[in-house]
Amino acid sequence: MNTSDSPSPQRRFNARLGLFLFLVYLLLYAGFVLINAFAADQMETVVLQGLNLAIVYGFGLIAVALVLALVYGMLCRPEPVEDASNSTTATTQGDAQ
Amino acid sequence: MIYDPAPLAIFIFLGFVFGTVGLSFYLGRKAKSSEGYFAAHGQIPWAVNGVAFAGDYLSAASFLGICGMIAAYGYDGFLYSIGFLAGWIVALFVIAEPMKRLGKFTFADALDAKFNSRGIKGAAGISTLVVSVFYLIPQMVGAGSLIQPLLGLDHWVGVVMVGVVVILIVVFAGMVSTTWVQFLKGSLLVIFSAVLVAMLLQQGLTTDTSSFETIEVTEQELAENRIPGREVIPATDGWQGANGEKQEFIRLVPLNGNAGYDVFHIDDSPVPHKKVLRQAQAVTGSGTTKLIDGAPNGRGEGQRELKPVGHLSKLPDGETSTGPLGPISFFTTIGDSEVILWSSKTIIHDQGPKTTVYYQKPTDGKRVLRPGEHPKFAGIRGESFGDKLNFLSLMLALFCGTASLPHILIRYYTVKDGSAARKSTIVGIATIGFFYVLTLYLGLGAMTSGALDLTDTNMAAPLLANSIRPWLFAVISAIAFTTVLGTVSGLILASSGAVAHDLLIGVMGMKLSGEAQVKVAKSAAIVVGGIAIILGILFKELNVGYLVGWAFSVAASANLPALIMLLFWKKTTKEGIIASVLVGMVSSLGWILLSADTYKSVYGLDPNDAIAPFSQPGIITIPLAFITLIVVSLYYQNQNKDSTSQASAS
Repeated sequence: MNTSDSPSPQRRFNARLGLFLFLVYLLLYAGFVLINAFAADQMETVVLQGLNLAIVYGFGLIAVALVLALVYGMLCRPEPVEDASNSTTATTQGDAQ
Repeated sequence: MIYDPAPLAIFIFLGFVFGTVGLSFYLGRKAKSSEGYFAAHGQIPWAVNGVAFAGDYLSAASFLGICGMIAAYGYDGFLYSIGFLAGWIVALFVIAEPMKRLGKFTFADALDAKFNSRGIKGAAGISTLVVSVFYLIPQMVGAGSLIQPLLGLDHWVGVVMVGVVVILIVVFAGMVSTTWVQFLKGSLLVIFSAVLVAMLLQQGLTTDTSSFETIEVTEQELAENRIPGREVIPATDGWQGANGEKQEFIRLVPLNGNAGYDVFHIDDSPVPHKKVLRQAQAVTGSGTTKLIDGAPNGRGEGQRELKPVGHLSKLPDGETSTGPLGPISFFTTIGDSEVILWSSKTIIHDQGPKTTVYYQKPTDGKRVLRPGEHPKFAGIRGESFGDKLNFLSLMLALFCGTASLPHILIRYYTVKDGSAARKSTIVGIATIGFFYVLTLYLGLGAMTSGALDLTDTNMAAPLLANSIRPWLFAVISAIAFTTVLGTVSGLILASSGAVAHDLLIGVMGMKLSGEAQVKVAKSAAIVVGGIAIILGILFKELNVGYLVGWAFSVAASANLPALIMLLFWKKTTKEGIIASVLVGMVSSLGWILLSADTYKSVYGLDPNDAIAPFSQPGIITIPLAFITLIVVSLYYQNQNKDSTSQASAS
């Protein structure tokens, strides 16, 4: 079986949304890791309420992960229930997105 | 350290363990079919499954290992928290829904959905086994560490206990009960950790200047071995400093006729021509002949024991106690204080076992709130490019590893559909993220709690609880222990599924009924459990968080490239997948076995002889697995095309 060859528009939307949010997070994470690796001293800079960048960025990454997850959960479109009905739903709904 | 098993602690602990095991049996009694055993009939509510994700994921490594690392060196352990959580983003946005759509019971099902190839089933089954066993090691080591202080038993007893209990759970239960038990533990772990952090903030920070002695001397007094009011033991037999190194420690005859010696580390003083002697602790040998500060280990007459450590030497503005602190002022106060961290140095004697001296290292609080203090992370502050690559490699493996851990992947089959998989992942991220925020408080709290065991970093979080309330220690340890039980049973379930479903049926073509499959899986569970017990005893010394980093590297190298390419590259062939899984697995495993860390901690060889240039393989082996897949797929695609065109021409 290979359902990915005939994905419903909803599924395609969800997959694209997922990839977009993934890229957003990837950039943030890569930024954190690269600062740590190549400019570790910057992590000591006090940025917010007396807290240094290491703590603020670190907690921030955890918070952003949750926020993006919730955004994804809210924006995802419900998919047709059965895989078998995919093709029919897809044609009847056309390019709904 | 010598632990006193408290009756209340034992009572609470055993209550928890029996409760969990009983619940497993009760819930698992109906799971006779293979759908029920491996995938709980896909009927677990998504919210429950989400918290169960947390239960599965927040293993001994997260709780014991990360807190222990933070307690010993500060912020660095938190890097693991960040990487472990970030991995869930890959799981949610990229892997979760396709996994659910493609597979039935195991990771191999999903990889193989398009091709129905024995080779893929075989490769994926083996990689599931390897990753699971690797991930099992730290769990077992953690369990052993927990049992020691709680019940006063040896490390290996703890490992065997977990092994046996888990084998029982897996054999008699299955995915339904494992899931519910994980749900219960996941929630309890997060709730009680939050309680612990709240109590910690309420209690605030205090200084301790009395547990360990500090003596000020002039350089001249030291040179003449003259310490006022004390008698100096001549520095011989290794204590004088090895070949040309200056003498670092000085031993004094103890006051009040105590046995052994008092050992001090010689530190520079801010005052010119003066030195500061800070009390250290020495451990010679191990087992029953172990000496603490030169006297037999124990509490009796003529014996000495290792003292708990971890304190602040100075608070801001010369205070001695802060009173209740807020979640932000907790960090700012530590930043403005002076923390006593502990380093160690080995003294080699002319004869007999070596002595490890643990000595105080007064550290500016700001340094424990930034990365780079842990020896394994110190490279990011250095010039060596290899050290920086090592760090990048670890962070990459953590990012990619979560979404390729077999025991996490199988949890996608316990819910109804893709949308439920998505929702449960979001619940998982919320629960796990909240817990990881707590780890930084727990770790730093333990660092300043005065309760740490120098010889076992894995015990930081439970010992912090002990320093606040003994009953809390029992509860936290019991939860941690049952968490280990749960994670281990999840892993064993994943590996037994791989053996029964992928290897025997998929590869060897055995025809097994659902019930026979479950029987085979249960036998496999016993074997895998046995292997885990042995490895858990062998790897006792290592920090469990660090060990988990390796499991992530292997998982990310072996499983993720194949999974991603299958989903996103249409030209992927079955040969490509098989090659990628095998190359990823063998290269990452080989790299780890040839790395400096393994040389030092496992084989006891000189780490400088290690063949791998740095310890974490991910940054090389993950791309390697991707490239392998692409090259092999393209090659076979051309060949397949050739053969079809030839066939049509003739």
